[in-house]
Amino acid sequence: MARHVVILGGGTGGTLTANRLRRRFPEDELRISVVDEDDVHVYQPGLLFVPFGLADPEHIVRPRGRQLHRGVEFHRSGVERVDVAGRQVVLEDGTRLDHDVLVVATGAALLPEETEGLLGPQWGRSVHTFYTLEGARALHESLASFEGGRLVVNVVDLPIKCPVAPLEFCFLADWYLRERGIRDDVELTYVTPLDGAFTKPVAAATLGGMLDDKGVRLVTEFNTGEVREGALVSWDERDVPFDLAVVVPLHGGQAYVGRSEGLGDELGFVPTDPATLQSTVAPEIFAIGDATTLPASKAGSVTHFEGDVLVENVGRFLAGEELDASYDGHANCFIETGFGKAMLIDFNYDQEPVPGHYPARMGLPLLKESRLNHLGKLMFQWFYWHSLLPGRDVPGIGSDMPTAGKRAG
Amino acid sequence: MPTRTVAGTTVEVNDEGFFVDPAQWTEAMAPELAAEEGIAALTDDHWTVIRFMRSEYAEKGTGPTVRVLGKTSGVPVKELYQLFPKGPAKIAARVAGIPKPRGCL
Ligand SMILES: Cc1cc2nc3c(=O)[nH]c(=O)nc-3n(C[C@H](O)[C@H](O)[C@H](O)COP(=O)(O)OP(=O)(O)OC[C@H]3O[C@@H](n4cnc5c(N)ncnc54)[C@H](O)[C@@H]3O)c2cc1C
Repeated sequence: MARHVVILGGGTGGTLTANRLRRRFPEDELRISVVDEDDVHVYQPGLLFVPFGLADPEHIVRPRGRQLHRGVEFHRSGVERVDVAGRQVVLEDGTRLDHDVLVVATGAALLPEETEGLLGPQWGRSVHTFYTLEGARALHESLASFEGGRLVVNVVDLPIKCPVAPLEFCFLADWYLRERGIRDDVELTYVTPLDGAFTKPVAAATLGGMLDDKGVRLVTEFNTGEVREGALVSWDERDVPFDLAVVVPLHGGQAYVGRSEGLGDELGFVPTDPATLQSTVAPEIFAIGDATTLPASKAGSVTHFEGDVLVENVGRFLAGEELDASYDGHANCFIETGFGKAMLIDFNYDQEPVPGHYPARMGLPLLKESRLNHLGKLMFQWFYWHSLLPGRDVPGIGSDMPTAGKRAG
Repeated sequence: MPTRTVAGTTVEVNDEGFFVDPAQWTEAMAPELAAEEGIAALTDDHWTVIRFMRSEYAEKGTGPTVRVLGKTSGVPVKELYQLFPKGPAKIAARVAGIPKPRGCL
């Protein structure tokens, strides 16, 4: 009888896992089910461009079911909870799914309600986020009618998806305000809980320098405790006044993780082995992408590279073999810097982002602005729908981090 | 690795002054470490947090972030900032003799 893999979440990680498993195992050996609560697959990196009118919201969404290969069952329902001990998933529509392997790929949830005042009367008017489709759309309108004043970009706390996105937002805002001829009328401020512009020292110095060059004020070690009328207030009672605030809310795991005894940690993320992607909760439970506790960025590129090891290990687990412990934390991100340019960073658990070229000496410049990288960022959307999600391998791009083109730290 | 003396004992610390080996820490060192952070006297609430930091470290290999502390230590975030101004996770880790919490990427 065919064994059954149930995948919770049909976003980046769930879709690519299902499709790769389908290519690898015949239907009479493996039944594959994907569960998602809606049928709107958002290309999330595109959200960054919506507020500036650089991407049309309609163009960054596609139906989920259609991204799945034939022979993958798509079950549309929310997950109510996972019965870890009973090896069963309970869905909101009442269905119960038994499984031989469960893959948790439900990503991260945004939790604006956990910050006092964030969802107050200013929400959607002078306080926005671009981390959701509705949010990005509403922000587009507010930015279009913004005539000057204090524009504040704030990350409440880490972890967040794509930790460079708020910096990219600052760079693009600087470009956008210049295009509109009102840059001199705007005080642009980036407010972060970190002690620098970014987590990794070499990249933080480069990115911090870029904020400076673009006249973006940097406020560090600011932990937002409350959003009051026209000001962010930190727990240690400093305040940053704003006319328009763009806030990246707290992130956590999905609510059902909290309802599933033994599945998640305090924040609702699933404890996962950083090298094998097997959860430490139960041997038949694996996790991928933003839903895990891995000490890696919550990024689509991470999810993509994890996919290789995950699919290999689901196969090994079903065959009773020892797991492959080779995921090295590889991540790379294009960082849009405005004026048609972008930077690329490439790193893993041990190697922080440094200058050089990717994937080898003749490749894209690392930690340096270029037009080529901007084209890379734009191309990525095509790559996402046509290569990453279908689970096709790209020649020359393996999941291990390449070292050939990197300059020594 | 740099060393320093706390409560008459030599211990190893890193460049930022965090303990390298939490086993070198004793409760007798806490008041001196706290004083360096501007905390004049350690209350029961301080001790609750310090012990919590150490047990989390022992269990997980890293101290908790402020947000996790607020959710699990029984001391709300607002109070944590009153107890350990300027970054409860970092300051409490220093006083509790554990490495800097890894935080997130
Ligand atoms: C503004 C922004 C910009 C970004 N830019 C980049 C970038 O430039 N490069 C990059 O690499 N990454 C970027 N990312 C991050 C990237 O999009 C994510 O890391 C990636 O999509 C994670 O994949 P995932 O499968 O873990 O989660 P997701 O793709 O978010 O999928 C999770 C799925 O689970 C479903 N789900 C959740 N809860 C339930 C439930 N209870 N029941 C059923 N289904 C549920 C959701 O509907 C969703 O489909 C960006 C993200 C944002 C928000």
